[in-house]
Amino acid sequence: MAGISYIRLRGFIRKEVLQIRRDPSSLLLGIVMPVILLLIFGYGVSLEPTNVPIALVIDEASPATQELKARFQLSRYFRPVTVHSIPEAVLLMESNHVDGIVHIRSNFSSLMEAGEEAPIQLILNGIDANRARIVEGYIQNAIGMWSERFALQTGRSYAPPVVIEPRIWFNAAANSTYSLIPGLLTLIMTLIGTQLTALVIAREWERGTMEALLSTPISSDEILLGKLVPYYVLGMIGMALSIILGVFLFEVPLRGSLFVLVLLGSIFLIASLGLGLFISSAARIQFVAAMGSVLSAFLPAFFLSGLMFDLKSTPEAIQYISTIIPAKYFVTITQTLFLAGNVWSVLLPASLVLLVMCVVLVVAARKKLGRRLPQ
Amino acid sequence: MIEVLRRILTLTIKEFMLIWIDPKSRFVIIIPPLFQFFVFGYSATFDLQSVEYAVLDESRTEQSRTLLNHFSGSPHFELVGMLDSTSQVSELINTRDARLVLHIPTDFADRVTNHEPAVIQVIVDGRNSNVASVALGYIQEITQQYGAQLQASLVAANPQVTLVQRSWFNKNMETRWYIVSSLGGIISMVIAMLLAALSVAREREFGTFDQLLVSPMQPAEILIGKAVPCVFFGLADAVLLSIAAAYWFDVPFRGSIVALVIVLLAFLFSVVGVGLFISSMSVTMQQGLLGAFVFIMPSVLLGGFTTPISNMPLWLQNGTLVNPLRYVVQALREIFLMGADLSTIWPYVWPLLIISAGTMPAAAIMFRLRTQ
Repeated sequence: MAGISYIRLRGFIRKEVLQIRRDPSSLLLGIVMPVILLLIFGYGVSLEPTNVPIALVIDEASPATQELKARFQLSRYFRPVTVHSIPEAVLLMESNHVDGIVHIRSNFSSLMEAGEEAPIQLILNGIDANRARIVEGYIQNAIGMWSERFALQTGRSYAPPVVIEPRIWFNAAANSTYSLIPGLLTLIMTLIGTQLTALVIAREWERGTMEALLSTPISSDEILLGKLVPYYVLGMIGMALSIILGVFLFEVPLRGSLFVLVLLGSIFLIASLGLGLFISSAARIQFVAAMGSVLSAFLPAFFLSGLMFDLKSTPEAIQYISTIIPAKYFVTITQTLFLAGNVWSVLLPASLVLLVMCVVLVVAARKKLGRRLPQ
Repeated sequence: MIEVLRRILTLTIKEFMLIWIDPKSRFVIIIPPLFQFFVFGYSATFDLQSVEYAVLDESRTEQSRTLLNHFSGSPHFELVGMLDSTSQVSELINTRDARLVLHIPTDFADRVTNHEPAVIQVIVDGRNSNVASVALGYIQEITQQYGAQLQASLVAANPQVTLVQRSWFNKNMETRWYIVSSLGGIISMVIAMLLAALSVAREREFGTFDQLLVSPMQPAEILIGKAVPCVFFGLADAVLLSIAAAYWFDVPFRGSIVALVIVLLAFLFSVVGVGLFISSMSVTMQQGLLGAFVFIMPSVLLGGFTTPISNMPLWLQNGTLVNPLRYVVQALREIFLMGADLSTIWPYVWPLLIISAGTMPAAAIMFRLRTQ
C-alpha cells in the first residue's frame, strides 16, 4: 500500500495509545471487565448442583432404609432432611427449603420380600428443569447402588437390566469450567474488539476531531491501521490474561498448540475489530454505536455461539442466523484447542470461515470510513 | 407541599416527553426488549434436540436392535452413522460429526438373556460439559425404559426397586419455562438502568444541567422526577413481555398479577437508584452507558437467571444477597409456575425495599456531591 507513511502512522498510533491510557472507560472495558468476567465464570457460573437439599420421608424403619438414609447423608451431592410425613415435606418444598422429596412407603420391605416391584417415590421441584433432571440422575444412581448392595446382602440375585458406562472424552468429570473458560475468551475478545472499538471512531465524529483529522495529510488506510493496531494489542493482552488465569487459576488444560490459539485468536480479534470499526463509522454517534455493538456482537456472542446453550437444539431460523456470527466459530476453535487438541478437521474449516469474515469486515470498515464529510 | 408535588409532576411530564421524543431513548425502550425476548426465548434452553450419535453394535442381535430402536424413536437423538470398529470412534468424536457413540459389546445379548447386568459403553464429547451431562441423562432414561420392558417380559421377575418420578410445577421439565418466566425482570432492568443512567448525564452533556440547578427544584425532587418515568417504562415493558411469555411461549401464569406488579416495582426502584447514581457520577452519556453495562452484566450472570445461585460457592452466594436481580428472578418464577401470591413472595419484596432504601439516597448524595 503506497499511501502509508510510517512516520504518520506511528504518530497516529501514539495518539491512540495516549487516548486509551487517558480514558478510564477504555481500561474499564479492556482490562477490568475481562478479569471480572473470568472470575464470575470461574466461580459463579456452574451447572453442577452440589449439596442439594432433599426431604426424606421414610415410613418404615428397617436396616435397608437406614442404609439408604446414610448413603444420602454421606454423599456430597445431597443435604438430606428427614421428616415424618408427606405434608411436612410438601411444606418444605413449597417454601423452597428442599428441591426434592424421596418417599419410601411402609409396605416397601414386604413388597420386596414378596418378590414384587417395590416403588420409591421421587417428587422434584421442576421450576429449574435442568437442575431437576440432574438431581434425578444423582438420586437414580444413589438408589441403584443401594439396591444392588441390598440385594447382595439378602442373597437374592439382583438384575439391573442395562448398565451405562459413560466415558466423557476431553472432560472426564464433565466440569463446566473446562467448557466455559475457553468459550469466555470469545466473549472477552468481542468486548474489546467490537464494544470498545465501536466507540472510538464514533467518538471522533461526535467530538468533531474527525473533521480535523480529515484535513491532515493522513490517509484512510492509515486511520484504519492506526485504530486497529492499538486495540489489537489491547485485545491480545485481554486474551493473554484469560489464558493465564484459565490455565493457572482454574486449571483448564491447554491440549492444543498455544501458537495456533494465538494465531486463530488474532484472526477472530481482527474480525471483531473490523465489525466494531464498521459499526462506529456507520453510526457516527457513540450511543448508537454502543447499542449496535451490544445487539450485533455481545449478545450473539453469549447466546448464539454455543458458549452456554446448545445451538443444535434451537429452532432452525436461529441456527441459520448463528452461521454469520463469528463468535460461533471461535467458540468451536477454543473449546477444541483447549480440551481436544489440534484437531485440524475442526480447526481448518472454522478458521477459513473466520478468515473470510475477517477480510469482509475489514474491507467494509475501510469502505465506510471513506474520507467524506456528511453533506 | 402541594408546590413540591406540582414541581415533581412537571419534571416527570417533561422526562416522559423527552424519553418519548428522543430517538435514542425511544430505541432503548422498544428494540432491545424485543430482541432479548426472542433471542433469550428461543436460544436459551438446556433441553437438547437431535443430538448426533453413532452406533457401534458388536452384538448385532435382536436384543441390541430393540435397545437401539428406543434411541431412534427419541426426538432427542439423531443417528448419523453405524460403525464397524472401535478405531472409527475417535475420528467421529474429534471432528464433532457425532457427539456421542453408543458401544454395545459382543456379550450384550447373552448377558440380557442370562439376567446379568449388560453393560453398554457411551462415549461422549465433553467439550460442552452441559450437553454431555444432559445427553447422558437422556440415555439413562431410555435404557431404563428398555430395562423395565425387559423385566416385565420375564416370567419369574426378580424383586426390583423402581423410582417413580414426578416433577412439580413443570411437569415436562421444560427449561424454557425457567428462562422465559423471569425474562420480565431482566428486560425491565436493562430498560430502567439505561434510561436512568442516561438521564442526568444527558442534561450534563447538553448543558441543560445548569438550568435545572437554577430552577427552584431540590436535588431530591429532581431525582424523583427522573426516577418515575424510568420505573414506568421498565414496568410497562416487563408486564407486556410477561403477557407475551404466557401467550407466545405458552408459559403458564398461575399466580397473582398484583404480586407481579408489586415485586417488579420494588425491584425497579432499587435498580433505578443504581442507574441514577451512575448517571450522577458520569460526565457524558457515554460514561453513563458504560457504567450501566458494567453493572448489568455481573448482576445478570450472578442473579440466578441462567445458572442457579445454589451451585455457587458459599461466599459468592452470600455476596449475591445484595444483587436485586436474584429476588425478582426467583419471585417471578414462583408467581408464574408455583402460583405465588403477595404473601408468598413477601420474602423477596422486603430485601428489595431495603436495597432501594440504600440506592435511592446514595444517588441523591452523589447528585448533590457532583453539583458542588
